[in-house]
Amino acid sequence: MIERLDQIFVLLKHWLLGYLPESWQTPVGVIISVACIVGLYPALFAVTTVLERKGVGRIQNRLGPNRVGPYGILQPMADGIKSLTKEDIVPTSADAVVHFLAPIILVVTVFMGFAVLPMGRNMVLVDMDAGLLFYFAMGASTELSVFMAGWSSRNKYSLLGAMRAVAQMISYEVALLLSSVVIVMMTGSLSLVKIVEAQNHYSYGLPHWYIFTPWGFAAFIMYAIAGTAETNRSPFDLPEGESELVAGYHTEYSGFKFALFFLGEYVAMFSISGLGSTLFLGGWMAPLSGLQFIPSWIWFFGKLFVSMCVFIWLRGTLPRLRQDQLMNFAWKFVLPMCLLNLFVAALWRFMGDGWLRWIVCSAILIVAYFSIGREGMRRKHFGPRSYRYAA
Amino acid sequence: MGSVFYVISAFSVGGALAAVLLKNLVHAALALTIAFFGLALLFLRLDAQFAGFAQILVYVGAVAILVVFAILLTKGSEVPKEGVFSKSWLVGLAIAAGVFAALAWAVMQAAPSLPNEAAVPAITVNDIGNALMSRYVLPLEIIAVLLTAALLGAVIVAMHEKERSRQG
Repeated sequence: MIERLDQIFVLLKHWLLGYLPESWQTPVGVIISVACIVGLYPALFAVTTVLERKGVGRIQNRLGPNRVGPYGILQPMADGIKSLTKEDIVPTSADAVVHFLAPIILVVTVFMGFAVLPMGRNMVLVDMDAGLLFYFAMGASTELSVFMAGWSSRNKYSLLGAMRAVAQMISYEVALLLSSVVIVMMTGSLSLVKIVEAQNHYSYGLPHWYIFTPWGFAAFIMYAIAGTAETNRSPFDLPEGESELVAGYHTEYSGFKFALFFLGEYVAMFSISGLGSTLFLGGWMAPLSGLQFIPSWIWFFGKLFVSMCVFIWLRGTLPRLRQDQLMNFAWKFVLPMCLLNLFVAALWRFMGDGWLRWIVCSAILIVAYFSIGREGMRRKHFGPRSYRYAA
Repeated sequence: MGSVFYVISAFSVGGALAAVLLKNLVHAALALTIAFFGLALLFLRLDAQFAGFAQILVYVGAVAILVVFAILLTKGSEVPKEGVFSKSWLVGLAIAAGVFAALAWAVMQAAPSLPNEAAVPAITVNDIGNALMSRYVLPLEIIAVLLTAALLGAVIVAMHEKERSRQG
């Protein structure tokens, strides 16, 4: 029964395919899987928008949406209908073709990333040998769509927003890749399915997730920072800083194209969270060996939900960074820590079992964390802020 | 091979031609991206996953962005009123044809000397990693040193500029 529940979606798919002739089964199977992914994540997106608006509302001591449906839970329906029926305005001087293509390319490349994410036991669309590489290749393609949107709008705010977004994404992509390389080094594979399997054993009822090692923990922190910046989320949401740039690269988009940008951004958050939980938090594994009776897909989506909550929490808590702070942080703190972490991971691998490697690796990382942090802060003077008003 | 090969080839050749012929520089850069992408698809069609994804990651993710940035930062994005062809296009064409002929000749000459393998060699990403870390570790390290030197050079050039502008 437990086994059956764990594999329920896989079994359902096989049952459906059983009614089809042999030659149709592979293509139709792929189409069913793709349709599930493309249907599921926008649905999650709708749920999460309410959660975010409600959650940020709570943090800011207001109510949030509460008019549509009980407790405002039907708000996404209203938003969807609104964006579908709104007029689609394209500026006269805009580059029509590029302006039209940008949101489509963004959504397509974002959804491609899900092809290699294992969402449960045996629940992966393509188990690619180079899965992680595929994921990052698709992630790199989204930058181009952001640029296309900003440039084609022929609006200085859009272009500035796009330039900021692309500069930020390039900077933090380096950190994102380097923090994931550690996992590849330890697993010896780029396949995400193999990475989950490598973490899939327990001792004393506790899992062997990569986050529970000094290098894994450091890499996870770096990954979380870089992932937040990569998805343009607060506190790294300079590209759409509304006090400076109206709405950044999607200023000139309205109606459903704007909704597509919004969707792309959220689905990218799901995707980055999914990859993060696959790499560091054991993917679809249960956090305790006694909890393995709960189906694997519940754990995957549970981890996704928790990381979305953390994203919302961060947005409600942290102030936005300044551009120079953003770049300094990426190149002078996150990047050196990631590079050092590669060495620490290699050291961990060659020191063999025992307690010594825990002490040595943790000590190196903690010392580096504090010394790089101190060095970065040394020349900055913090004191009470002085305000000058125009007289 | 079959029809998929021709579709992908048409895609990448079309992109490359558009990159040369379009008047707007940003459009040309975006068309070049299409050509890069088509090339990546060709690699994937040959079961070379690593080469294909590295092509997308490096060319679409980094080189295309760099090209676009360079265009925007150098005021070159306005469409020129007269044609985009320079006066010496005939010489350029001759040189390009010569280079293409030399490369094609080299490839044609090399083809018979390869062992005629019946089975497609199954090279996984794992094999590439092992080869890079054992047999080809010296070239890899040399490239790493070269790239680091280039990176430092770029930073120094940028820093120099900043100091000069502060003085002036």
